[in-house]
Amino acid sequence: MSKSLATLKSPSRGFAKRKKTLLLITMVLPGAIWLFLLRYVPLFGILIAFKDYKIFSKAPNLWNNIIHSEWVGFDNFKFLFTSTDSLKMIKNTLGYNALWIALGLVISVSFAIMLSQLTKKFIAKTYQTLMFFPYFLSWIVASYFLLAFLDKTRGMIPNLQQDLGMQVTDWYNTPGPWPIILTLANLWKYVGYSSILYLAAITGIDSSQYEAASIDGASKWQQIRYITLPNLKPMIIILFIMNVSKIFNSDFGLFFTLPMNSGPLIPVTQTIDTYVYRVLMTNAGNPGMSTAASLFQNLVGFLCLMGANSIVRKVDEDSSLF
Amino acid sequence: MDKNKVMSMNRRIGRRLNSISLPSEILINIVLALFCLMCIIPFIFVIIISFTSSESIRQIGFSFTPVQWSMDAYNFILKLGDQLWRSYYNSILITVIGTVISVLITILYAYALFRKDFKLRGFFMFFCFFTMLFGGGLAPTYYVCKLMLGLSDNYAALVVPMLLNPFNVIIMRTFFQTSVPTELIEASAIDGGGEYYTFFKIIVPISKPGIATIALLNSIAYWNEWFIPLLYVRDAKFFPLQYLLYRMQSQADFLAKNASMIGPEASKMIANLPEHSLRMALVVLVVLPIACAYPFFQRYIISGLTIGSVKG
Repeated sequence: MSKSLATLKSPSRGFAKRKKTLLLITMVLPGAIWLFLLRYVPLFGILIAFKDYKIFSKAPNLWNNIIHSEWVGFDNFKFLFTSTDSLKMIKNTLGYNALWIALGLVISVSFAIMLSQLTKKFIAKTYQTLMFFPYFLSWIVASYFLLAFLDKTRGMIPNLQQDLGMQVTDWYNTPGPWPIILTLANLWKYVGYSSILYLAAITGIDSSQYEAASIDGASKWQQIRYITLPNLKPMIIILFIMNVSKIFNSDFGLFFTLPMNSGPLIPVTQTIDTYVYRVLMTNAGNPGMSTAASLFQNLVGFLCLMGANSIVRKVDEDSSLF
Repeated sequence: MDKNKVMSMNRRIGRRLNSISLPSEILINIVLALFCLMCIIPFIFVIIISFTSSESIRQIGFSFTPVQWSMDAYNFILKLGDQLWRSYYNSILITVIGTVISVLITILYAYALFRKDFKLRGFFMFFCFFTMLFGGGLAPTYYVCKLMLGLSDNYAALVVPMLLNPFNVIIMRTFFQTSVPTELIEASAIDGGGEYYTFFKIIVPISKPGIATIALLNSIAYWNEWFIPLLYVRDAKFFPLQYLLYRMQSQADFLAKNASMIGPEASKMIANLPEHSLRMALVVLVVLPIACAYPFFQRYIISGLTIGSVKG
């Protein structure tokens, strides 16, 4: 009905259609131009990874520099697999990510279930508000929070240690506890956020399922095991796939600002991202090497995503991302 | 047996059927309350430090119970030089301009993707979402922005790199899908409304909650941004607040050494500069706008994020 009316009104159907398409294109255009310049053009910059990047003196701009630099094949990648520093940073990136994906999943799902069980909705809302708060703070702000506790001369914990007659720890020069500190910081910032995501999924579950189960005599644990978790499965899997695809990336702010760029901590706080940044900004390495590290990171991340997704699709087709 | 006991107890204290037992609810409350405390206490601690006198910090360090309170830090802030106000201005400017432009770009892009009758829908969908899967990475992006696009030491450098986030496009597109009936667009087309007329006069007004979510996410991202200035800005004229905080942290004497930071009036009193409480006071001033607005915008963010992740 509506279609026929539209046809009647427009002088030529083809013309109207083309005009519509054109107008819709103008709508995506600003975004598309941005994506092209800031996401697609840099893809060609990947060439730097295979070149001995030198500034082309005659007409120095990015293209000339890239084009006139010499091809070196995979030389820039060699250090990634040979130097002990780079092996350590890859190990750090993977290790922290694996630990945090697992911990984050278990803790946020448990918190979400706990929140959903509270009988007083007002209290549950208050908890949500409080635990979501850190998500909105920057890592810079968080680094000041941490400094308030750990600062060598004024921090609360060293002072407490002193009062108790213990040996005062110089936190920013002692790598030992940092894996735990970083883990706590990560949970502090993100657990509230993901708990709320899971909680939203739990509230979406049809309550008659629980009522039926409870009439049949199912305990709370059985209800969680047989109703809540199966209902959360699709979301858990999607978030898991997305996290796995980022397993070679790291939260730059966390690793860069919390340890205050302290040298002795680098063995436990250096990740691929902080390495790329440090090379980029200090010219300690060369652009080829940092691009190679970036490319490695993206490529492996992409493969992990595809791998995780195809595994999920084999096991349970409905849960896969695409 | 046991179960009957629990149930009768529940009934006696007025608990609904199938709610958890009182002891386990108390246990849950303890766990959650402890975690919530952990989330909020650092901010409270920093507020306390900002109100602590230098003398107290010298004696017992940072403490929840200072021996002497003082407003020195905040009095000093009022006397500080241009740099702080300049940075405040920069942060607000970047947040406002960045949010307006990025919201416009995002909703237009998402709206076109939502239109099933858009011929190139599939292409532009892939064009956007592919960037979530694979990209050039930090180094090539940095070179392109800095050397090709001239994003270096100007306001554009602080706004442009964050204009579009594919995740927000997903949120917005899903929002359109769930709240805009296709008949509405058809009806408007029959009435002779152009695409842009339909969009701004009909779609935008009924999509306010979704747009609010995107706007909030973007404004928080801009307000909190320090990594972009870390990459592209050297001139103190363009420092936003968060980056100023970063500089103060990475350069311990940034406050004392920086003339434009201290200002002529305060530099006379440099000897008794309450450095530590002052820095924490600045942190408080950065967090305060978020903390104040947070209870009100939380609802929108939650609804937006759940739309984006559950159905994305």
